[in-house]
Amino acid sequence: MEGKVIHRFSKRFSKKAFFENLILNILRISTYLVILFAGFIFLDIGINGSKAIFKSQAPFINTDFLTQKPETLHVFEPKHIDKKLKEINAKILSTNIENKNLSNLAIEDSKKNDLLIKSLQAKYHVLDKQRKEERLLFSDTEFRALEIKPSKSEYVYETYAYSGGGIGPAIIGTCLLVLGSIAIALSLGVLCAIYLSEYSRPGKVLQIIRLSILNLSGVPSIVFGLFGFGMFVLFFGWGVSMIAGWFTLAIMALPVIISASEESMRSIPKGFREGSLALGASKWTAIRTNVLPYALPGILTSSIMGIARVAGETAPIMFTAAFALRDQLPWEGLEKASDFIFQGVMALPYHIYVVSSKIPQNEYTENMQYGSAFVFLFIVGFFAISSIVLRIRVRKKYKW
Amino acid sequence: MSLDIQVKPAEAGSKVLPPEVIKIRNLDFSYGESQALFDISMDVYEKEVTAFIGPSGCGKSTFLRCFNRMNDLIDIAKIKSGTIKISDVDIYDEEIDVIELRKHVGMVFQKSNPFPKSIYDNIAYGMRIQGIKKSSELDSTVESCLKSAALWGEVKDRLNESALGLSGGQQQRLCIARALAVKPKILLMDEPCSALDPIATAKVEELIHELKKNYTIVVVTHNMQQAARVSDRTAFFYLGRLIEYGPTEQIFMNPENSQTEAYVSGRFG
Repeated sequence: MEGKVIHRFSKRFSKKAFFENLILNILRISTYLVILFAGFIFLDIGINGSKAIFKSQAPFINTDFLTQKPETLHVFEPKHIDKKLKEINAKILSTNIENKNLSNLAIEDSKKNDLLIKSLQAKYHVLDKQRKEERLLFSDTEFRALEIKPSKSEYVYETYAYSGGGIGPAIIGTCLLVLGSIAIALSLGVLCAIYLSEYSRPGKVLQIIRLSILNLSGVPSIVFGLFGFGMFVLFFGWGVSMIAGWFTLAIMALPVIISASEESMRSIPKGFREGSLALGASKWTAIRTNVLPYALPGILTSSIMGIARVAGETAPIMFTAAFALRDQLPWEGLEKASDFIFQGVMALPYHIYVVSSKIPQNEYTENMQYGSAFVFLFIVGFFAISSIVLRIRVRKKYKW
Repeated sequence: MSLDIQVKPAEAGSKVLPPEVIKIRNLDFSYGESQALFDISMDVYEKEVTAFIGPSGCGKSTFLRCFNRMNDLIDIAKIKSGTIKISDVDIYDEEIDVIELRKHVGMVFQKSNPFPKSIYDNIAYGMRIQGIKKSSELDSTVESCLKSAALWGEVKDRLNESALGLSGGQQQRLCIARALAVKPKILLMDEPCSALDPIATAKVEELIHELKKNYTIVVVTHNMQQAARVSDRTAFFYLGRLIEYGPTEQIFMNPENSQTEAYVSGRFG
């Protein structure tokens, strides 16, 4: 190293610098890992879900899936192909076992077996494709309308609950649940936050209130579900109903909304309040005209985000508001208008839970699971994005 | 309870004092346990500029904020004893409507705090919260207030633009105009020029001089030259006590107290 002149500022190896580097890299890798996981989840749901939502012909969106009610799927698989497939499967399995039992010396045999398995797999693939072309799928209504049902001698007949039709009622139910709980949680939360940040006096009582709000956010969602069930469904006698779900979700979202709203109100400069009070405004006038409008963007964003998160919970609604299956839309079959809020609805998170846990998994149920998850992600994303858009628009109006 | 100033007929002779507007007697004020003001008694006279000077933390801003009960916003702040009378009404009486008091006693803050609204809306704010909606009335008041704050010529073409686009000095004059819009009789100014450059400061001082004709002004300042330039009377505060109070020339030229002399001559503070 003759070319390098060592002077007092030249780089030297030191333990300190090494640790600096190490820590930087650990931080960096952790961040990338998180992004990788999140990306993987979204990609998985996106790819599998888009199979249910999109289709290759115009209008490219499977409107039936989005609008129809869930139905039982009736599947007829051609018997002759099914039989052949089972045979091939058995053969692959037995060859595999045979392969494992071979001693290490019999390399020739092992290679032969591998080839055999490969050819069998190729054959299976072709047959499977043929099966998919020849099989018959009916939703419940279609099946009942059939005049001649496929003969049982030619087809293997199986049914899958909830796997046919679409998720229309669940989408509508989720939107209604989210909107209702936003209305309740936002009004209650903002009123509470105004009191806490503007009116309350520091002291023991305030500390207890704050502590209990903080604790509320740590309560598991299933506990909220049971609370809602006991309080709204049984004690208030509302039954399994939308309004019980609204209140349960709203109470669950309250801690987030209160602390976020309080935070955004505190961030408004003191000068705005003082300025308007000095002009002869009453306290409420000062808050209404010079605090709330400027705190609104922050309140809206964090609140809607909080609700969107809570709305994804299954536990709070599964005892209070959600039905596994309801083939009427919320506005169908109402005797009087007030019945609207006292009816249970289908909801996407609960629907996903039901189709994923209560029925066997296979290629026919997958569509419904991933499709629902995809639509649900889309809805939650929609609420989140609209809150951001709202924030930007309100912020533009009230900038300081 | 009415707070209207009873204007006494002007008496002949220049030596006669103008009527007192604010009378403070034996005021003790504390933040929780720590006392901030000790036994202050003084009078503020009508249509004069009274300046409060003194080193930081001497209680002059606290004292000023007693006059429109801005200290009510701080929970632990309390007047322990003494009275403040404005136009012979005890403003810490339980029967006082603080809102009416604050309309009567306007305030301009150290940090200019225009609301993030248009220039017009800033001035009209005080009237709007009183329920005045007639646009002709609003228009004329906005114009007259901006004119009295010597801002009309600079902003008349952009009344609907945000007040935050104004320069620091303009913002402070806007705040003064805003305070004038609710038609106060007394104007409190809490270091109105501390964040301004010399040219903007000169403009605000000129404005104070103009406003003196119609308003009683109390101004807190760090800047002794400013006090000397704008005020008729000066009060020197130190560690929560009123050390000396008198005509400005006397305070600066011929102070009675040695501490006052040390401060105005720049030897401490």
